[in-house]
Amino acid sequence: MLKLKDISVKLGDFQLKEINLNLDKGDYYVLLGKSGVGKTVLLEIIAGLIKPSSGQVFLNDEDITHKKIQKRKVGIVFQDFSVFPHLNVKQNIAYPIKGKKIANIEKEDLINIYAELTNISHLLNRDTQNLSGGELQRVALARMLVSKPDCLLLDEPLASLDVQLKGGLRKLLRYINQSGVTILHVTHDYEEAIALSNKVAVIHEGKIIQKGLTKEVFQKPANDFVANFTGIKNFFHAQFSPTNTANINGTLEINVSNKDQIEKGKIIIRGEEIILSNEKIESSATNNFHGKIKQIIPYLSNHEVIIDIGIDLTVVISEESLVKFNFRENSKAWVSFKSTAIKIIP
Amino acid sequence: MTNSKNIPLIFSLLGGLILLFIISPLISMFLATTPLQLFETTKDTEVLDSIWLTLRVSFLTTLFFAIGAIPLSYFLSRMNFRFKNIINGIVDLPIVIPHSAAGIAILGFISRDSVLGQIASSVGLNFVGHPIGIGLAMAFVSIPFLINAARDGFENVPVKLEKTALNLGASPIRVFFTISLPLAWKNILSGLIMMFARGLSEFGAVIIVAYHPMITPILIYERFGSFGLKYARPVSVVFILVCLAFFILLRTLAKEKKSANA
Repeated sequence: MLKLKDISVKLGDFQLKEINLNLDKGDYYVLLGKSGVGKTVLLEIIAGLIKPSSGQVFLNDEDITHKKIQKRKVGIVFQDFSVFPHLNVKQNIAYPIKGKKIANIEKEDLINIYAELTNISHLLNRDTQNLSGGELQRVALARMLVSKPDCLLLDEPLASLDVQLKGGLRKLLRYINQSGVTILHVTHDYEEAIALSNKVAVIHEGKIIQKGLTKEVFQKPANDFVANFTGIKNFFHAQFSPTNTANINGTLEINVSNKDQIEKGKIIIRGEEIILSNEKIESSATNNFHGKIKQIIPYLSNHEVIIDIGIDLTVVISEESLVKFNFRENSKAWVSFKSTAIKIIP
Repeated sequence: MTNSKNIPLIFSLLGGLILLFIISPLISMFLATTPLQLFETTKDTEVLDSIWLTLRVSFLTTLFFAIGAIPLSYFLSRMNFRFKNIINGIVDLPIVIPHSAAGIAILGFISRDSVLGQIASSVGLNFVGHPIGIGLAMAFVSIPFLINAARDGFENVPVKLEKTALNLGASPIRVFFTISLPLAWKNILSGLIMMFARGLSEFGAVIIVAYHPMITPILIYERFGSFGLKYARPVSVVFILVCLAFFILLRTLAKEKKSANA
């Protein structure tokens, strides 16, 4: 659907080198990388705002590398929203369809549909000057959706929002994606990738160093950088019960601290926060499971122990602990973690 | 300690002297003019005709030259090219050259011997001694005010907003008229008023190009030369009041802009 082939560009101090990406229709693709690595530049290249030094951009098998910005059907929503300050909310949303050969009543319908979808119907006649960050983000999204892009490019869409607004907007982005819009979302936050994407690419020093299905990239990082950057291997889909338990894959029930009473979502358990022991230990940790060590992977400063407790859990331990407790592959061990060590992502 | 305490006082005194220097000659001129003289002057058709001519020519000149000056300002604010500093220097040139010299330059440019003058002659026009000649002289000395203000205005419009509009499917021309121009409008308006006001007060360049028909600054000069200070003063007061009205308008707009940006 959207394909980047060997895209390279040099701008000032940094450069992008031979970027290749392939988005299928309906994908929610997250491009993950630290600030300043050129993620936004890549989006601007796709949108036609910056010309690449070499390489090609294809949309629906058509080479759009040199196509005019206004003729491409890719919509970009910038991190600062870029809502037009001299137009009110309704005029902003109407901007892409103004002057188009569509009946006025149809235009009104489109505006209302997308205002409703983004939950800003009550703001239509408001000036944009006094809107909050979350509201501006929704105006920018509604305006972009009215133009009906084939592919939506999102530049750090959640970066400037507080936790509560993030939850709402994630839900909205998921809904937009599920309604058929292909999304390429760039961020430095691995939680966003876990919460939203089905595919992820990690970009570092101008190169894509790993890409693939989100689960694969997070659970099998290609190198130390990806491992450190993503850092999370224990993330699972879970169903939550009102009694503060979560069911993972229907096979394991764990205790969680579900203050927001979420019914369904993802959970993250950092490997560093799990205690591995030979005997069951008595502590304040309410999650204690017995399992079999499947694999021990040595890294520069520590080891990752993958233990099967009904689900594969990755535990990070030091070299000293490995030697001291004599953990070995195929031996049995106990894992222990507190419910408060579990992060819930709606 | 004592020294630093005195600094505001010293600065106020020095500043007050400068303000006094600006305001005193104007006040004394107003005080020296009787209401009867003012009333008589406002009934003088020669004065009224010249004020009307000055206003009309300056206004139309401003509008006419804005058609080219605004796109040039946009171009200068958005494009980076090798000789951009030279172009910016050319724009500011009329501000630094003596206006009488500017008048001579314009005269050479529009006289019957010049290419432009010959083209005009072929359709029965002579720019010298014609409102068009006056307009050209006014424009020459006042256009930097419009170009510089408009360029500042366009530079303040975030390029990202223009990119967003393009990305939303708008053509570059639509982006210019719906995003760049409205967002830079306050500055452009200030520039238009400044150019208009500067055109109204031009004397040096216009007198070389056209003594007749007589714009007000030349009429004031002529009254002074022929009849003396007493006869030149009421015309000056009436004309200053007209200019002051536009000056206040300009300041009000600038103030609105400031509070809008705050």
